[in-house]
Amino acid sequence: MSAVQATTAFDTVRTPDPANRPIKIHTASVKVTYGQKEALHGVSIDIPEKAVTAFIGPSGCGKSTFLRCINRMNDTIAGARVEGTIKLDDQDIYDPDLDVVELRARVGMVFQKPNPFPKSIFDNVAYGPRIHGLARSKADLEEIVVTSLQKASLFNEVKDRLSEPGTGLSGGQQQRLCIARAIAVSPEVILMDEPCSALDPIATAKVEELIDELRANFTIVIVTHSMQQAARVSQRTAFFHLGHLIEEGPTDHVFTNPLEQRTQDYITGRFG
Amino acid sequence: MGPLWLLALIAGLSFFGFVLGRWKSVVLSGKGRGTLAARPGYYGAYVLIWTAMPALLILVALSIAKPILIEHTVRANLPEQVLANSTQLSLEVSGVEQVAAGLKLVTPEELENIRIGVVSARSVFAQHGLPLGQDVKPYQLTAAGALNLVSDGLDTAVDAAVVAALAFGLIFAFVRVKPRLRARNLVENTVLVLLIAASSVAILTTIGIVLSLLFQALQFFSMVSPVSFYFGTVWDPRFAAAGSTESGQFGFLPLFWGTLYISFFAMVVAVPVGLFSAVYMAEYATSKVRSVAKPLIEILAGIPTIVYGFFALTTVGPLIRDYIAMPLGLGTSGNNVLTAGLVMGIMIIPYVSSLSDDIITAVPRSLRDGSLALGATRSETMRQVILPAALPGVVGAILLAVSRAIGETMIVVLAAGVAARASLNPFEEMTTITVKIVNQLTGDLEFTSPQTLVAFALGITLFVITLGLNVLALTIVRKYREQYE
Ligand SMILES: Nc1ncnc2c1ncn2[C@@H]1O[C@H](COP(=O)(O)OP(=O)(O)OP(=O)(O)O)[C@@H](O)[C@H]1O
Ligand SMILES: [Mg+2]
Repeated sequence: MSAVQATTAFDTVRTPDPANRPIKIHTASVKVTYGQKEALHGVSIDIPEKAVTAFIGPSGCGKSTFLRCINRMNDTIAGARVEGTIKLDDQDIYDPDLDVVELRARVGMVFQKPNPFPKSIFDNVAYGPRIHGLARSKADLEEIVVTSLQKASLFNEVKDRLSEPGTGLSGGQQQRLCIARAIAVSPEVILMDEPCSALDPIATAKVEELIDELRANFTIVIVTHSMQQAARVSQRTAFFHLGHLIEEGPTDHVFTNPLEQRTQDYITGRFG
Repeated sequence: MGPLWLLALIAGLSFFGFVLGRWKSVVLSGKGRGTLAARPGYYGAYVLIWTAMPALLILVALSIAKPILIEHTVRANLPEQVLANSTQLSLEVSGVEQVAAGLKLVTPEELENIRIGVVSARSVFAQHGLPLGQDVKPYQLTAAGALNLVSDGLDTAVDAAVVAALAFGLIFAFVRVKPRLRARNLVENTVLVLLIAASSVAILTTIGIVLSLLFQALQFFSMVSPVSFYFGTVWDPRFAAAGSTESGQFGFLPLFWGTLYISFFAMVVAVPVGLFSAVYMAEYATSKVRSVAKPLIEILAGIPTIVYGFFALTTVGPLIRDYIAMPLGLGTSGNNVLTAGLVMGIMIIPYVSSLSDDIITAVPRSLRDGSLALGATRSETMRQVILPAALPGVVGAILLAVSRAIGETMIVVLAAGVAARASLNPFEEMTTITVKIVNQLTGDLEFTSPQTLVAFALGITLFVITLGLNVLALTIVRKYREQYE
C-alpha cells in the first residue's frame, strides 16, 4: 500500500452512535504536517457530547497530534501545520478571528506526565480562574477551588494542606490535581493524553472512576494504550494507524466486533 | 645531565617499557600461559608507570631539596658578622650564588690568579659576560666554592638516583608481567592519583592565596585596630614615606559605601535589561534570531574592562555631567558614581542574561504547556509560571553578577575616580575597595608600613564578601536544580 493511495483513497469504517448524542466536535479531513513530514493524513470524526471517546492505536500513529489539534496546542510547536476543518459547536476553531485563549479555556487538557506548577495546591487550581477572572471575590475563588478538588476526588486527601506545594503530592494525586486544575476553568471539553501512564494501578483506578463521573458534565477525549482502560471508561473508540483513522464506533462494538482486520489485530495484540 | 635530559631519558625509557610490557603479555598469552586479566595495553601501561613514576618522584623531590641544601651550605660558609645582619642575609645568599655562577665560567689559570689576588674576580667575570654590581669579597669566594662543590655533587646524585630508579622500575615491572597480573588496578589507581593531584593544585592555590592575605592582614591589624578599620569613616592613609612614623586613618566604610553604591547602579541597569533580554531569547525569539543575538550579547562580556573605562571617561561621564549633573546643580565632575554604575551595568548584562536564559530554558516544557492549555497567554505563562519557577536560579545568576561588579576595578578608576567618600549624591566622585587596593600597592613599596599592608586587609575583606555572595548564589542555584530532578 503506497502512501499516496493511502492518503487519497481512504475510508474510515464507522458505526453510528446508538444513543444518538448531539455532536460536540466535528472534524473533516484534518491533516497535520511537521516540517516536511505529514503525520496525519486526513482524519474525519464526530465526537459526541457528554461521553468519553477513546483514541487507541500503536505508538506514533498520531493520536496525540490529533488531540492537540482540538485545543490548538499544535500552534506552540514550531513547524507544525494543520489543515482541514475542526468545529466546536459549529464554530470553526481555526478561524483567524477566533481567540485561542478563549478556545483553550473551553477545551482543557490533561497531560501524560502530571505537571503541577511549582505553587501551592490552592494556587494550582486557582491559576485558571484567576487568569480568566472567573471569581469575583476571594470567597468565590475558594469555592471554585474546593468544588474542583471535590470533583477531582482529591479534596479529602489535601484539604488540610492546601497551602503546601503541589509538587509534593504523589504521582496519582498530582494527576488528579491537574484534572482539578483543568476543571476549575469549567471547560466544555477535556482532552486527556495518556493520563494514567505514569500511575500505579490503584491511582489509575481512581482516575478512571473520576473520568466516569466527569462524563456527566464534560465531553472527554482520552488517548490510551490500555485496551482495558478504553473498554472500561469510554463509550466510543477510535482506532488510529499510521496517521489514518481506521475505525470508529461504540466501544463495545469496536472491541467485540471490529469490522476492520487491522483493528482486530491491534486489539488482540497481534501488532503494535 | 641537566633536568631536561633527565626528563627526555625518563620519557624514552617509559615508552620502551610500555612496548616491552605489552609485548611480553602478548607473547605469554600466545604461549598458552593463561588468558590475560586485562588487555595488552594495560600491561604496557603497567611497566610504563613503574618506570616513570619513581624516577619522576625522585627528580621532583631532589629538585625541591636542592635550593634548600644550597642555601644551607652558603650560610654555613658565611662569616659570623655577615650572619649577624639578618635583614641582608637573603641578599648575601644571592650574591654568593652569582659569584658561584661566575666561578663556573673561569679557566683554572684565571682562578689561580684570582686566588692569589693578581686580578680582581669582578673583572674576570666581566670578561666572561657576567657583570657584577660590586667587587667580590674573599668570604664570598670561599662560600661560592663550597656552593659549587655541593651543587655539583647534588647533580651527580640526582642523575644516579634517577637512572637507578628507571632501571629498577623497568626491570621490576617487566619481570612481574604475567597473564594473571591485575595490571588494570595499578593503571586505574594511577589515573585516580593524577586526577586528585590536579584538583589539589587548584584548591591548594586558593588556600595559599588566602593564607598569604591573612598573614599580611593580621600584621596590619596589629598596627591598626580592626574596630577603627571597619568602623572608621575617614580614609586618609597618608604617604608611606620611608622612615616616617606618621600613620594615617584607615576607615573602611567610605570604600565599602562606594563599592555598594556603584554596584547598586550597575544592578539597576543589568538586572532589568539582562532579565528581559533573557526572557525574549528564551521564550519569544525564533531560533534564527537567537543564534545571532545571543552571541552578540555575550560579546559584551568579552570587551576588555579598560575599553569600558574609556567609554565611561570620554563619553558617558561628560554626557551625564553636562546634561544632568550641571543643570541640576548636583556636581561638576565627569567622574561620578552614576557613570561607573551605568557602564559597569552594561558590562555585566551578559552575566545576568546568559545564565538566566539557560535557567528559563531549563524550566520543563510541560509547565509551559500546562499553563497555555489552561488558556493563559504567553506573557501570563511567563510571569506566573516560568519566572517564579526559575526565580531561585535567576537570583543566583544576579548574585554572581553582583560579585563580578564588586570586584571590578578598571571602570571605577576611570569613571568614578579615586576619591574615597561616602555620600548619597550619585554625581560625586567616589571609589571602591579594589581601586584603593591598587592605589596602595603601586609605587615604592615597603611591606612593613600600614599604608601598604592595608591593601591585604582590604583584599581579605573583599574576598570574604564575594565568597559569601558566591556561596549564597551557588546554594540557591543548587536548590533550584533539585526541584526538577
Ligand atoms: N513536535 C514534533 N515534531 C516533529 N514530528 C513530530 C512531533 N510530534 C510528533 N511528531 C511525529 O508525528 C507522528 C505522530 O506522533 P504522535 O505523538 O501524535 O503519536 P502518538 O500516537 O501520540 O504516539 P504515542 O502513543 O507514542 O504517544 C510521529 O511519527 C511523530 O514522530
Ligand atoms: Mg502520544
